[in-house]
Amino acid sequence: MKQVFKRPQSLKDVPFHFCPGCHHGTIHRLVAEALDQFHLRERTIGVAGVGCSVFVYEYFDIDVAEAPHGRAPAVATGLKRVLPDRIVFTYQGDGDLASIGMSEIVHTANRGENITVIFVNNTVYGMTGGQMAPTTLLGQQTTTSPYGRDFQQDGYPIRMAEMLATLEGVAFSARVALNNPANLQKAKRAVRQAFEMQMNDMGFTFVELLSSCPTNWGLNPKKSIERIEKELIPYFPLGVFKERKGTDHL
Amino acid sequence: MRGLRGDVPGCGHRGVEVGIPVEKRLFLKGNEALARGAIKAGCRYYFGYPITPQNDIPEFLSREFSKVEGCFIQAESEVASINMLLGAAAAGARAMTSSSSPGISLMQEGISYLAGSELPAVIVNISRSGPGLGGISASQGDYFQSTRGGGHGDYRTIVLAPDSVQEMHDLAMLAFDLADKYRNPAILLGDAVLGQMQETMADTPYRPLPLPPKDWVLSGPSGRPPRLVKSLYLKDGEMERQNWKLFEKYGRMKKEEPRFETAVAPDSDLAVVAFGSAARVAKAAVRTARAKGMKAGFFRPITLFPFPEQAILEISRRVKRFLVVEMNTGQMVEDVKLAVARDAEVYFYGHPPGSPPVPEELLEEIRKIYP
Repeated sequence: MKQVFKRPQSLKDVPFHFCPGCHHGTIHRLVAEALDQFHLRERTIGVAGVGCSVFVYEYFDIDVAEAPHGRAPAVATGLKRVLPDRIVFTYQGDGDLASIGMSEIVHTANRGENITVIFVNNTVYGMTGGQMAPTTLLGQQTTTSPYGRDFQQDGYPIRMAEMLATLEGVAFSARVALNNPANLQKAKRAVRQAFEMQMNDMGFTFVELLSSCPTNWGLNPKKSIERIEKELIPYFPLGVFKERKGTDHL
Repeated sequence: MRGLRGDVPGCGHRGVEVGIPVEKRLFLKGNEALARGAIKAGCRYYFGYPITPQNDIPEFLSREFSKVEGCFIQAESEVASINMLLGAAAAGARAMTSSSSPGISLMQEGISYLAGSELPAVIVNISRSGPGLGGISASQGDYFQSTRGGGHGDYRTIVLAPDSVQEMHDLAMLAFDLADKYRNPAILLGDAVLGQMQETMADTPYRPLPLPPKDWVLSGPSGRPPRLVKSLYLKDGEMERQNWKLFEKYGRMKKEEPRFETAVAPDSDLAVVAFGSAARVAKAAVRTARAKGMKAGFFRPITLFPFPEQAILEISRRVKRFLVVEMNTGQMVEDVKLAVARDAEVYFYGHPPGSPPVPEELLEEIRKIYP
């Protein structure tokens, strides 16, 4: 019998600890498939953010450095400058990247560091128990916005992929979702392209993935998928916002 | 235990003033001497953010690194600097950052992570006065911050305290070796005076210590199992084991690394203890006191962690009065009090920042407590 589906080599043979319906496992798989496809596993270093994302070292069969909260892009900068021929990526959540780590992500992108950033946007702080994130939607109830996020009190959800696309140092910036098979295919393509561009020294590549967090959304996995379609995508449109062609930047 | 210059009668003399042929001398600013030492020790990665009075270091390295294929990044903040340093250290490079007191405060989170992840890196603090924005004059107000860890958690950093342009250069080289030897961050604690003054120095060659192989470096798992640089320990008992492991390491440092300069005759009535630029003033005051017939000795810790407590204890078995002089309101004096024999008396003279103390005021203080 022909095997048509298997665990990517870049993932360890251990079960994920993530909650039912969480998209972290799927995103891990997409990254691992891209590393497998380009035979990058043996020369890849991942940088873990703080939050649910910190456990990438439990699952990826690669070298991993753990960064302080929000500082993964700075740690990745140090690694990549010393080892320019290796593949370096960060794996960060929305609180890590868009709140406490806003300065590091913007300046790393602006320097055009030749790294890939995997940005998991589930509109909430997951690990700490569902507090309001910089990407929490208006009206969304969290443990620290119990009456729903109000722009007069908390400002607006931040659109990172669009914002970073304005920076000259950015080679690729895209937002994808994992809510249906068609979007999953697009997500897979975006992750693959980001790593391929890093291999070709194109500069900073960024993929934002709209992800579900059933536990902290108070929804079951199916309803969570529906929420991505109905609420997240209208505010966080999918697409490629920046795609550098060729090497005219050099 | 050893002193860099050993017991020098008459309170020692500066090594460069005698015995160094003119052609081997350099006339450099402290900050430049330090940067020169770093390059000689193989440092090729620097990450930093501008702050007075240490800007000569990034300016020197941004220029000189181009000649040795080094990598210089002006980071967006000290927070980014220390984390770039963490990344470069994890990749196995000799790397450093430099800043001054408020910037070092911002780095404390990263220094804690470096210590927790057991990564070797050099952090230079050309300190200024505080608290808050403080001022840009020389101060020793960062003694506690440097020697007690500084950030969160139960850890220590190696702390080296130069007192001259020569030592800014020599201890910079040593800092990289000690960091690598112990897989621990090393702090070089200077101040505005040491960074900004210009002195003659010998262009000492770099003589590396025997160092363990870096078999933990992240480089991609090619032909070996994956490696991990981390400081998160959640499983039952893991954190406790890690804390005891670090404690054991700091114990080895205490045994093997204390460095100091001492000139305390066995029949001294008084020993003056000071570090860094305060030690230079103290040394001049002790010299004058001796010329006036007082039996005064001089002791200068060069490593602030590990603190040379054993050497001070031994001195205190025969010398019963200590005067600690610092450019703050009393920090190292606590370590001296902890180190001395029970029947020794420890006096303190503090000169908080603004202008450094002058030898005459210290001489007056020596007179006051001299038996």
